[in-house]
Amino acid sequence: MSLELKGISKSFGSLVANESIDLKVDTGEILAILGENGAGKSTLMNIVYGLLQSDSGEIYVDGKVVKINSPADALSVGIGMVHQHFMLIPVFTVAENIILGHEDVHRGRLTLHEAKVKIKKISDDFKFEIDPDAIVEELPVGIQQRVEIIRALIYDAKVLILDEPTAVLTPQETDELLNIMRTLKSKGTSIIFITHKLREVKAVADRISVIRRGKVVGTTSPTATQEELASMMVGHEVDLTARKSASTTGRKILEVTNLNVFDGLGRKIIKDLSLEIKAGEILAIAGVQGNGQSELARALINLEDHVTGSIKLDSEEIVGKSVHEALQSGIAYVPESRELDGLIGSFSIAENLILDVHSVSPVSKNGQLNINYVNNNADKLIKEFDVRTQSIFDTASSLSGGNKQKVVLARELSRSVKLVIVSQPTRGLDVGSIEFVHERLIAEKDSGRAVLLISSELDEVYGLADRIAVIYKGEILGVTDSSISREKLGLMMAGVK
Amino acid sequence: MLRQLKKIKNVTQLPFLAFIFAFLIGGIIIALTDSEVMSNLNSPRKFLTSFLAKIGNSFLAIFQGSIYDVNLARGESFFKGFYPLSDTVVNATPLILAGLAVSLAFKSGLFNIGAQGQFIFGAIGASYIGFNFEFPSLIHIPLALTAGIICAGIYGGFVGFLKAKTGAHEVIVTIMLNYIAAFFLLWLLKTETFLRPGNINPIAPEVKESAQLPLFLGEDLRIHAGIFIALITAIFVWWLLNKSTLGFKFRAVGANANAAKTAGISTSFVTFSTMFICGALAGLGGAVHVLGTNHALGADIGGSYGFDAITVALLGRASVLGTVLAAFLFGALQTSGLNLLSVTGTPFEIVQVIQALIVLFIATPALIKFIFRVKSETAEKTITAKGWNG
Repeated sequence: MSLELKGISKSFGSLVANESIDLKVDTGEILAILGENGAGKSTLMNIVYGLLQSDSGEIYVDGKVVKINSPADALSVGIGMVHQHFMLIPVFTVAENIILGHEDVHRGRLTLHEAKVKIKKISDDFKFEIDPDAIVEELPVGIQQRVEIIRALIYDAKVLILDEPTAVLTPQETDELLNIMRTLKSKGTSIIFITHKLREVKAVADRISVIRRGKVVGTTSPTATQEELASMMVGHEVDLTARKSASTTGRKILEVTNLNVFDGLGRKIIKDLSLEIKAGEILAIAGVQGNGQSELARALINLEDHVTGSIKLDSEEIVGKSVHEALQSGIAYVPESRELDGLIGSFSIAENLILDVHSVSPVSKNGQLNINYVNNNADKLIKEFDVRTQSIFDTASSLSGGNKQKVVLARELSRSVKLVIVSQPTRGLDVGSIEFVHERLIAEKDSGRAVLLISSELDEVYGLADRIAVIYKGEILGVTDSSISREKLGLMMAGVK
Repeated sequence: MLRQLKKIKNVTQLPFLAFIFAFLIGGIIIALTDSEVMSNLNSPRKFLTSFLAKIGNSFLAIFQGSIYDVNLARGESFFKGFYPLSDTVVNATPLILAGLAVSLAFKSGLFNIGAQGQFIFGAIGASYIGFNFEFPSLIHIPLALTAGIICAGIYGGFVGFLKAKTGAHEVIVTIMLNYIAAFFLLWLLKTETFLRPGNINPIAPEVKESAQLPLFLGEDLRIHAGIFIALITAIFVWWLLNKSTLGFKFRAVGANANAAKTAGISTSFVTFSTMFICGALAGLGGAVHVLGTNHALGADIGGSYGFDAITVALLGRASVLGTVLAAFLFGALQTSGLNLLSVTGTPFEIVQVIQALIVLFIATPALIKFIFRVKSETAEKTITAKGWNG
């Protein structure tokens, strides 16, 4: 089945999200749509899927004009979509989720049998390895995504839209998804693959269309270099290789010895972990998501409740201190989720910039917030960190992902700290923001701070780290320098020493 | 400055529209439940005139019953006509304080259903000092108020302690503590210390004159100095929330507890101190009520102030100014209810229906937005600020 968009335009008030967009995807073809956050990719796909209506333009399926006013219309002409944020009910089983909205009812009773047979068949055809009776919330993210894909396929989707499907996946899961896409393609399904990750696009796409500020700025083949694609996306030259500087390391800043972290049920999440970082050095913790990285980062500023062992910052013991004391003793902490842990969405940017120093002089004066200082501080920091916003009084939630991350970085790095802990610092960010974050981290290192980088992006790990520690099931499997090959590192991340 | 004005407009616009709409619907209900109006159904013209007259009379009665009554001033001083307004203020005073106790908790992300119990404990503490001791007013009043604040503060703080230490949900705990406070009061009023000598009804001795809040507009009006205490407290709460570092912690935990924790704010400390302050606020309400209005601790001292406080706080969208305004509105509605009954024969129940309607419309902003076609500004804002390249 072929799908063609002609002259699609859509505006929200004065903001033009899509401007006369023409795109075409043929039977059994993978079309990648590349663009930065806010370029208008998701708007376009929501129009195709019937969640939004275009102001003008037509959609053709196999050469015939179709009207798509709802997702049901989209499904009926064979268009399926897998959203960036899954639309699954966590406590339902796979089969229950898949039949949702298409329930098969006999005499008032729900029958799942037919659905389960179909799920099994699709799962076998594409090697999805999905159990229809599994509870969705107990499945890993990558598998949940396959459930979404099955949901589209079971209703005969011939064109599948994948909206930023790899944003939530580990490197391994990403590879598996790319394989699934290839299989789908070989069986005649057309795929529209939305992403801003260049490596993936090059690996799997047949054609690549780049969208910038609501317009298609060009269509190219996967033979284009990453630099070419990136400069098409952002509209100017970009340098994708972080300029890692030679390290001149100083004294030991962080020394962790025999750290154990337990969860609420008493299970050991981090096991006898020891590591050290010197001043002027970036140590990367590489690992597949869920191997204890998050807990390790949290434990270092005492956010975890059940911890044994020793964490020394510049020979000062951290364990047993409060979170506030740990931060003030010289740690900058950029959490994994900026929305959940890094920022208060309903607070202004200015307030977010003093979140962890609100009770310390000069922000606090006789128990009262020094508003002048707070505002001046915000003015200064949004300039220094290039936060794009209309006003420092706008709420943090109104910012784009990249700008949110800049606010968190600005707050944490502007304190006088010895150690910088960053967790997945570029997850979900566009090329421009990633460049900024990387440059900033290298600058931190050059200024003599110790940096602990926790990341599941191998490019990032290689680009920044002086040394790489691989974490697997809560243990450090080994520490190497950054000359280790990707294959070897990948094996270590999978638990092979 | 413009930003502040805009903020005030954003906060007040919807409640104001809801208020107008509720009154319109309320007026129609008053007219339609009136037997006289309904008896004119066969003649459309007569029906319409009596219908409109009824609505008009009701609104007049509400105004006269809550703000100014010419009939009371007639033959007396102009001033006397303000008797209803004075009563409105008297009713609003405890509601402001108890309402703040709920609003402040909302800001910290806590739902304080316990204002009723805290109010009662405040009244107990103030009353005990009030009738049991004899000091000069300048010492006696602050001492009695402080006793109320401390008793209720501890009562509220206990909830915060339980939540911080064990995770016990504050809604359940405060509901139960409301019962405990009510029955504790009943028991207390039967003890020798509290039972008024020579009386078998459960009522404590009247507080000494030195502890009574002064009637600053004279003996004719019931209005007392409690309103100043309430308004000064409201300003204090506003300062606490918006200017102090402690209030910053409260708001941070209320808006996103995870981010607050990550930034080093202790949520246990915030939970405890919020509930302590909330208890103290509601307790001050009880203390002011007993020292200013009732003068004696009775079994019904709490009335439904603590529960109305929840409505008041919701009505005021948990903002300080909104809570104060909502308390005055509620006070006015309560005061006018009696007048509405005596002048137009509208049952008190219908007055309560109007109260409930206002709250209902405020609680459903989407409905009011739809009816009055209010454009949502927030949606546009998020779109314009998106995107890396501006």
